[in-house]
Amino acid sequence: MSSFSALLKRDLRLAMRQGGGAGMAIGFFLIVVSMVPLGVGPDLNLLARVAPGLLWAALLLAALLTLDRIFQADYEDGSLDAIVMGSMPLELAAAAKSLAHWITTGVPLALSAPLMGIILNLEPRAIGPLALTMLVGTPAISFIGAIGAALTLVLRRGGLLTAVLVMPLYVPVLIFGVSAVKAAVSGPVPFEAPFLILAALSLASVVLSPLAAAAALRAALH
Amino acid sequence: MRLSGEDLACERGGRMLFSGLSFTLEAGQGMLIEGPNGSGKTTLIRAIAGLGRFARGHIALSGGVAGVELDEQAHYVGHADAVKPQLSVTENLAFWAGYLGGGDIGRALDAFGLHPIADLPAQVLSAGQRRKLALSRLALVPRLLWLLDEPSVSLDRAAQQTLAGLMAAHVAGGGLLMASTHMDLGTVFSKNLRLGAVAA
Repeated sequence: MSSFSALLKRDLRLAMRQGGGAGMAIGFFLIVVSMVPLGVGPDLNLLARVAPGLLWAALLLAALLTLDRIFQADYEDGSLDAIVMGSMPLELAAAAKSLAHWITTGVPLALSAPLMGIILNLEPRAIGPLALTMLVGTPAISFIGAIGAALTLVLRRGGLLTAVLVMPLYVPVLIFGVSAVKAAVSGPVPFEAPFLILAALSLASVVLSPLAAAAALRAALH
Repeated sequence: MRLSGEDLACERGGRMLFSGLSFTLEAGQGMLIEGPNGSGKTTLIRAIAGLGRFARGHIALSGGVAGVELDEQAHYVGHADAVKPQLSVTENLAFWAGYLGGGDIGRALDAFGLHPIADLPAQVLSAGQRRKLALSRLALVPRLLWLLDEPSVSLDRAAQQTLAGLMAAHVAGGGLLMASTHMDLGTVFSKNLRLGAVAA
């Protein structure tokens, strides 16, 4: 367990020192969201109706941009070799790095979403459910994203391929995240139904994704 | 304690680099891996470290720590330094000590005399200093088998002597050592492994 926390702490520290991590993702999030009223026009009712879906889609895009930092630097500077040779299973190492990505990117994005909601005339009573669903759904984004990041490790400029590989896997998260917010605002489905499925998606990806990511890492090194 | 490889073959990009390679290495022996560029030295060392695959053959370690994989008893220092530029020298070592399961950071700093630069961020280090930091991992966490791929690159003459001393002490203490190098690193190597000549 000490290996796990050593790796987690190092990744958190690196993310804080090198900058451009969460800040860049939030900046991108803000820009995508603020493009929408400019393009669609100031129809407040329309904006309020599409706000939850747009915020979720923009969050996915912003998170996608940061996926390459999960493994890329460690692969390039040789750290990954030594990480593989540690006594901790590579699956746990992949989990530690995914967790660090969630803490440094997923959580800040989820917490900044209500602020972005103002731009889209998000209904006040949707703010709580939106932040909650995003906090619960973002682990799935980081952990599933780690699979894509590991698969495209050996390709230089693999960012676009990561998006193509990973985006389809985000569809369930998007659907249940948005429907939970909508259920909380307008019903008729109770909030819990889609919300619990979203939580289940997150938990399943936390358990299963590191297995796939570790297999992809081994393939990349061999 | 013995590391043995039998009928090893490696290929890269569909081309056979070497085949039919066998060796044994006993505790307290160092083996120098020689061969021209492109003959498969790095591929061989990485495959032994578990970072690559043999196309044929297998390696076995007998008499090591029971129930522990070979790659968890080995250090591999290759061309990449595995140094994080945003962390200080001490923080880099502290991470590896924590990750690899306990190590003496003071001893690792002593190994190459890194104390004066211990608090500098690694991004301001020269190539040679980064290499010293990478090699300090050898002294940080004791492991049975050292796999070194061109360890002396960008080291100054004094540091090469230090490295030779470290390797000699490791071998004298019953460790195993395999290294590829084009420089003269003293007399720690009692065995030789020649990889075939390949037309450049």
